[in-house]
Amino acid sequence: MAVVFKKPESMTDKTTIYCPGCNHGTIHRIVGEVLDELELRESTIGVAPVGCSVLLYEYFKTDIVEAPHGRAPALATGIKRVRPENTVFCYQGDGDLASIGMAEIMHAANRGEMITVIFVNNANYGMTGGQMAPTTLPGQRTTTTPEGRDVGYHGAPFRMAEIMAGLDPVVYSARVSVSAPGKINKTKKAIKKAFENQKNNTGFSFVEVLSSCPTNWGMTPLQGIEFVKNEMEGYYPLGEFKGGNK
Amino acid sequence: MSNKVLMKGNEAIAEASIRAGLEGYFGYPITPQNEFTAYMSDHMPRRGRAFVQAESEVAAINMVYGASATGARVMTSSSSPGVALMQEGFSYMCGAEVPAVVVNIMRGGPGLGNIGPSQGDYNQATRGGGNGDYRFIVYAPSTVQEAVDLTYEAFDVSDRYRNPVLILGDGALGQMAEPVVLPEDREPGRKEDEGWELTGPKDRDPRAVMSLRLAEGGLKKHNWDLAEKFERIAENETRYELTGEDYDTLVVSFGTAARVAKSSLRAVKEKGEKVELFRPITVSPFPYKQLAEAASKAKKVLVAEMNLGQMLFDVKVAVEGRVPVEFIGSPGGESFTPEEIEEKILSMK
Ligand SMILES: Cc1ncc(C[n+]2csc(CCOP(=O)(O)OP(=O)(O)O)c2C)c(N)n1
Ligand code: SF4
Repeated sequence: MAVVFKKPESMTDKTTIYCPGCNHGTIHRIVGEVLDELELRESTIGVAPVGCSVLLYEYFKTDIVEAPHGRAPALATGIKRVRPENTVFCYQGDGDLASIGMAEIMHAANRGEMITVIFVNNANYGMTGGQMAPTTLPGQRTTTTPEGRDVGYHGAPFRMAEIMAGLDPVVYSARVSVSAPGKINKTKKAIKKAFENQKNNTGFSFVEVLSSCPTNWGMTPLQGIEFVKNEMEGYYPLGEFKGGNK
Repeated sequence: MSNKVLMKGNEAIAEASIRAGLEGYFGYPITPQNEFTAYMSDHMPRRGRAFVQAESEVAAINMVYGASATGARVMTSSSSPGVALMQEGFSYMCGAEVPAVVVNIMRGGPGLGNIGPSQGDYNQATRGGGNGDYRFIVYAPSTVQEAVDLTYEAFDVSDRYRNPVLILGDGALGQMAEPVVLPEDREPGRKEDEGWELTGPKDRDPRAVMSLRLAEGGLKKHNWDLAEKFERIAENETRYELTGEDYDTLVVSFGTAARVAKSSLRAVKEKGEKVELFRPITVSPFPYKQLAEAASKAKKVLVAEMNLGQMLFDVKVAVEGRVPVEFIGSPGGESFTPEEIEEKILSMK
């Protein structure tokens, strides 16, 4: 019997520990497929964040180093500068990248580091139990915005893909979603482009993926997907903001 | 470059690091170590090696962490408030067991303090400062030549134990120019694969460098292993200097303070006093055993430090109350004069 669907070579056989309906698993798989297709696995060093995806080394058959909360782009800078022959990617959540690690991502991007950043935006801190993130939507309830995020009081969400696109040295910045099969295909194209750029030494590439966190949103997996579609994609427009194939 | 040159401490330590085969330097400006970063910005790229002026000390040490996880020889340098910001990275690097060399050219604290030479970071250097049970190997050179030699060796020691090494100097050492003999120039480049470095998993299983230890009992075992490693370090790497065998008074001092103390010993000896200097060269691991033995032959001990008495605690632990221990301190980015130490020794009878 012909095998029509199998795990990417770049991934281990381990079962992920993500919650039902969490999109981290889907996004992992896309990264794995892209590493396979571009034949990058053997040269790759991934940088894991602090957050739900901290256990990256359990799931990827690449080398992995674990960064302190938010510092992944600094580690990636160090790696790529002394080992330019390696493929280096960061995989970061919104708390990791847009809050504690805001300085590190801005400066790595603005130096034009030859790395690929996968930014998983689930509009809250998943691992620590659903607190407000810099990406929490206006009005969204979290454990630290019990009445909903009030922009006048808590500040406004960051649109990271647009911010990255505004920096001169960034060669690619896109926002994608995995809330429907067609969007998953686009996500794969974006992530592939982000790794291709590194393979071709083009420059710093950034892909923001809107992602569901049903556990902390207090939703079923299906409701979570609906929230991404109806609420998140409304506030965070999908698209290629820099370096897309026009 | 001829081998004997007149060089500022900061530049000499930087050159020694490059000669040790440095592959990457990542740093952020702060006085009084700015010549260090400037030297690296000039010499590293010229030799085709990595230099990044980081956006902060937090980023700098994490660049070091990432680069060292690939098995590269890398370093950073800073001064007190900057080193305070690096403590997060230190803790992770010790937990993940990666090598690196860090230089702290201390200035006066707390806070912004001033840029004068100080030893106010002794506790920070020897006790950690980052979270968790970890220890650093800390060398406290007292001359530019010693700083050059220790820095050069520090890379090997750091690699051997996969533990960061700190060179603890101060503004005086960093700014002072002295004639130095520079060590031989070694080729940079990856050492042999030791089985832990991240190089991309070609022809081998994937590897992880991390400090997370989730499995039950895993962290406990890891911490005991780290403690055992530090015991081995203490056994093999502890260094000190004892200037003579015949003394009533033993002065204990490190770094620049020891240098000042040394000049006062001569004057005191001329006045008929029997006094010698015990100088820890590694302040971590601290030479407890060696100091205990040396102090047991003394009638009294004087600790001289450019702070309010931080090493004093370690000296008291070593001496265990067998002889009286007195203290002369000078905090606030200032050194004492040889005369002040002389007076103190003479007043101790
Ligand atoms: C210095 C530091 N501060 C805080 C934490 C606690 N912490 C762990 S994960 C996390 C938030 C992660 O959220 P995010 O990056 O959005 O990732 P997610 O879990 O949602 O995938 C926080 C605050 C930490 N580990 N280290
Ligand atoms: S808490 Fe949220 S982000 Fe974390 S695994 Fe569960 S669903 Fe995913």
